[in-house]
Amino acid sequence: MDTVGTRSHTILLHAIAHGRAGDKGDRLNVSVIAYRPEFYPLIARAVTVERVRELFAERRPAGIVRYELPRLGALNFVIDAVLGGGVNASLNLDGHGKSLSFRLLELEIEVGAETIGQIDHLREEKP
Amino acid sequence: MAQSVFRIGCGAGFGGDRLDAAVPVVAALAEAGGPACLMFETLAERTLALAQLERKAGRIGYDAHLVDRLAPVLKNCLDHRIAIVGNFGCADPEGAARAIAGLADRLGCRVPKIAIVSGDDLVSGRDDADLAALLATGVPAGERVISANAYLGAREIAAALTGGADVVVTGRVADPALAVGPIVSHFGWDFDDHDRIAAATMAGHLLECGAQVTGGYYCDPGFKDVDGLEAIGFPICEVSGDGSLVITKPEATGGCVNARTVKEQLLYEIHDPSAYLTPDVVLDLTAVEVSQIGRDRVQVAGARGKPRPETLKATVCYDGGYIGEGEISYAGPNALARAKAAMETIRRRVDPALRLRADLIGSASLFADDDGRFIAEEARLPPTSDVRLRVAVAAVERAAVEAAVYEVGALYTCGPAGGAGVRTSVRSRISTGSVLVPRQFVSPSLQFLGSA
Repeated sequence: MDTVGTRSHTILLHAIAHGRAGDKGDRLNVSVIAYRPEFYPLIARAVTVERVRELFAERRPAGIVRYELPRLGALNFVIDAVLGGGVNASLNLDGHGKSLSFRLLELEIEVGAETIGQIDHLREEKP
Repeated sequence: MAQSVFRIGCGAGFGGDRLDAAVPVVAALAEAGGPACLMFETLAERTLALAQLERKAGRIGYDAHLVDRLAPVLKNCLDHRIAIVGNFGCADPEGAARAIAGLADRLGCRVPKIAIVSGDDLVSGRDDADLAALLATGVPAGERVISANAYLGAREIAAALTGGADVVVTGRVADPALAVGPIVSHFGWDFDDHDRIAAATMAGHLLECGAQVTGGYYCDPGFKDVDGLEAIGFPICEVSGDGSLVITKPEATGGCVNARTVKEQLLYEIHDPSAYLTPDVVLDLTAVEVSQIGRDRVQVAGARGKPRPETLKATVCYDGGYIGEGEISYAGPNALARAKAAMETIRRRVDPALRLRADLIGSASLFADDDGRFIAEEARLPPTSDVRLRVAVAAVERAAVEAAVYEVGALYTCGPAGGAGVRTSVRSRISTGSVLVPRQFVSPSLQFLGSA
């Protein structure tokens, strides 16, 4: 019997993925890259356009497109009209939206005990 | 024996990059001994408009740090036949070329052959009503175009190097072109060989932000640890004749190169990964594989290319009015409530017609939206006992911005208790727009300094 293995835990996406944000005008892109290839299917299931839209709701995104890069174990989100008009028009300290990769990594996701075990291992591993 | 590699190092990834970054890169290229090149990327979107204004005011129109950047490496590069390619020409590539010639003379170097790539400037000396009308579509009605520059491709850079240039100075070119030019010139690739040009473009894309592929902009302690950020090694890409790439960095430098650093940079500022548009090729990254093959060595392969777009992107700059910022801090018991009371006071004092944003730095700032929806949700504000109110306003008229920012200082005596550390600033802004320009309007040109 494996009751522990089926229990789900809430973690931050930050525990199993990393990423980087970039801007072009008023358009933001954020990559979400699995720390391990085995995390990718989980990330692809959990980090949906709908969840990202909720996360950026107050910025009223005009559109969100998700690109899948399974060979890299990565997703790329392109989010339109969320940078206050872009770096030259925004009043935000972060007009580029450079910090927003960590906004996405704040997303809460549900994972099983097996994944939790792999995360502990991850933290001891030197890349 | 396998065909030898061509090495291309990067000495700067943006205009504010470390001035000594190229030194270990050039030392490593010289020690490796094979054919090599060094690129510098120093031009941001707005840099050109600012440089244009500087030049018109009689000041330096090229990268203000050009001489500081090149002085520590120019002699070594010339001695070892490591060509230098940089977009540090900004609004005055010829002026930059003369400055480099002067530097070489002062350093006692051999006389370098310096190439100047121009034609990106779509405003100065141009008298084409159709072009002007097209550029005007990139700015709001009634605004005057300060500068407009097309992103040129790599052909002129490649031709300059094939023609024996030691240094190639450009203005606006697509960032990856700074690597594509040298790679194409070295291997003699055809610009119609889309997969090869795609590989070279991917090399340029990985190099163009300097340390962002070698552990810079990456460290997240406990998750992604990086040692030696104070002496981070800038990247070197080893390009093989089949188009495969190895990203590495000089020995005995800080930072790291691993599959994760490379993937972050690979997707940086990418939209559709199957169609990254550049002047030379449309790059498809969807089949790219990244694998660590040694310490600080990552192989990247699988770039595919499609024919280049029919149009070139141009950035158009115009007057963006003024932005003002005022800040004041509150600490200790009830600090967040006092900062919020100060924020409300400012909102009631400042002309409601002005665009105004407030941040509660220490509780909510970077993640919040310009319109204040994030900050309005009480439950979302993390508690803090040390918070700094920041107010930012924008307007066309300087006086309106100054009047708003003045109100932050007045919070000393008229605002909540314990306000401290007021700082204010007002500065002009340049705004940018983008236009796609048919190639017939753009005539890239190549000349060598002293052979007009």
